[in-house]
Amino acid sequence: MRLDLDLRATGQHVIDRGDFHVLFKALRRRGYQVVGPRVRDGAIVYDALDSVDDLPQGWTDEQDAGHYRLKRREDPALFGYVVGPHSWKKFLFPPHLRLWRARRNGDDPGFEVQPEPLPDTKYAFLGVRSCELHALFVQDRVFLGEKHADPVYKALRERAFLVAVNCTQAGGTCFCVSMRTGPKAQGGFDLALTEVLDGERHYFVVEVGSERGREVLQDVPHREASPQEVAQAEERVKQAEGQMGRTLDTRGIKELLYRNLEHPRWDEVAQRCLSCANCTMVCPTCFCSTVEDVTDLKGETAERVRRWDSCFSLEFSYLHGGSLRRSVKSRYRQWMTHKLATWIDQFGTSGCVGCGRCITWCPVGIDITEELRAIRESDGLTRGGGEEA
Amino acid sequence: MVPRPWRVVRVRRETHDTKTLELEPTEPLSFPFQPGQFNMLYVFGIGEVPISISGDPQEPHRLVHTVRAVGAVTRALCSLKRGDVVGVRGPFGSAWPVEEAEGHDVVIVAGGIGLAPLRPALHHVLANRGKYGNVVLLYGARTPRDLLYRKELERWRGRFDLQVEVTVDSAGEGWYGHVGVVTTLIPRADFDPAETVAWVCGPEIMMRFTVQALRERGVSPEDVYISMERNMKCAVGFCGHCQFGPEFVCKDGPVFRFAEIERFFRVREV
Repeated sequence: MRLDLDLRATGQHVIDRGDFHVLFKALRRRGYQVVGPRVRDGAIVYDALDSVDDLPQGWTDEQDAGHYRLKRREDPALFGYVVGPHSWKKFLFPPHLRLWRARRNGDDPGFEVQPEPLPDTKYAFLGVRSCELHALFVQDRVFLGEKHADPVYKALRERAFLVAVNCTQAGGTCFCVSMRTGPKAQGGFDLALTEVLDGERHYFVVEVGSERGREVLQDVPHREASPQEVAQAEERVKQAEGQMGRTLDTRGIKELLYRNLEHPRWDEVAQRCLSCANCTMVCPTCFCSTVEDVTDLKGETAERVRRWDSCFSLEFSYLHGGSLRRSVKSRYRQWMTHKLATWIDQFGTSGCVGCGRCITWCPVGIDITEELRAIRESDGLTRGGGEEA
Repeated sequence: MVPRPWRVVRVRRETHDTKTLELEPTEPLSFPFQPGQFNMLYVFGIGEVPISISGDPQEPHRLVHTVRAVGAVTRALCSLKRGDVVGVRGPFGSAWPVEEAEGHDVVIVAGGIGLAPLRPALHHVLANRGKYGNVVLLYGARTPRDLLYRKELERWRGRFDLQVEVTVDSAGEGWYGHVGVVTTLIPRADFDPAETVAWVCGPEIMMRFTVQALRERGVSPEDVYISMERNMKCAVGFCGHCQFGPEFVCKDGPVFRFAEIERFFRVREV
């Protein structure tokens, strides 16, 4: 290993493809569990990785509204895909989590509550895209509030090591450029990689984002990047920037949606929406959850489990006697208005990072960018068909 | 985030479907709260629901909750006996602005179980009676059988420093009071609209018409506060269930200045 090389704070570095496996060792030595992309069930999903061989080498994905296919690449790129149905939120905000257990004290009507111990897993996320970094920042604002913080999220988030990967190609449903969340990771990572395949050469240009990142890099063979190598990397990211499959006009978006809560487009989209909740499950920022209280058969122990929930379900808005959002229209409106408008009032940021997952994984191909465009183009239309006074 | 056990020390039957529970902590504990706030009440193995605090804020060692049996958890709460234990998380949410209202006339308008979250506010006002102008309680229930805190209402009605008007939507024999919706009491209430703060809680349709009737008498929506109700799981703004437009009813509410949520209050199925 070449530990004696100069590591300047502002300089970039290069790890050759042949040395990339050492990154896994370096992370594992520090107690990190490496999670990242791998091919499973016909998609690229995020899961535990044992070695570099688990990465989706030579695979890419083809995406459009309601459409996702894995395809072989002509090169052996490790990160030559965009994003799949999973996001990193499943690690920090587990889909199913026991919050506490309670036990009755014999015949006494009282009970004792035992909180669950906090997790101490140290995750290393390998392959975090810029839009996904922004999704983490968005969820940080949700779960790490000044008054209340989610202890499980906090514990896992603080320990997580983030290896970002800059996108060198965009997918058919991507619109990070519109949301100003990509394609290049600008900060908040420990290490950021740009994968370059140039003829026979295959390497990663590495940017260090933290002291922890610098320490890990020390353990991986690397050298200072030449200006040509940095230029090669930048050119590829630039290329992705020009390939966005979608655009979304965010000008005045909050007020646009606030003044169009009765727009006929909501009725129209409700004709297509299956209310299946796929968009909320794949969304990297959606954070809604519910709890289930259960007991054992004898009624001596009880527990509370938190699981992901969706504003698309009828029960979500249940209030003694019925649900408040009975129509699919009202549930789609809630989701989209929350994502693009009320989120701004709540957390000072959009809830959308432009990753395109909700478009790709919608079984009927509803496209949030198209829905917003339809409202913008007939701003002020009401159900009667007339303009609002 | 974890419920603490409190023991039921008293159960009072308010109406055919509503009970008032008095709780004391199983270990010594002071529980300061502000009028209008709520707790999450947990029944072992059944579940947890948000319930307003109905007790006197001057008594922080005891919790009072009035519960109407409308679902699995509230039915379980209403079947609790003296000595049973419930889990409590709280207090959560915003409060009636009792201090801001000092020096003003106060009009409290309640519909049905909506009196429960207003009771601590009225206790506060009566305990600091000299700081307020005219104080009016307007209370509407479906029938005379649905009136909460009956004895206390009668006691309040006997005071010379408080106007109490009660109405029911429909009455049988033996009722000699007003009949009609609660808004019909507004024209007869004694307050100076320009100097009035109104606190309103009840079904949304009742709150909508109450705000309108108050506006007709000259009370600005800036001076009207309402308490909202939504499905809640976490009570701290994480679960997303209680969203009402940009507001989380659990942490931004349940008490809102009406003018601030008016835009969404007008839209159906928000």
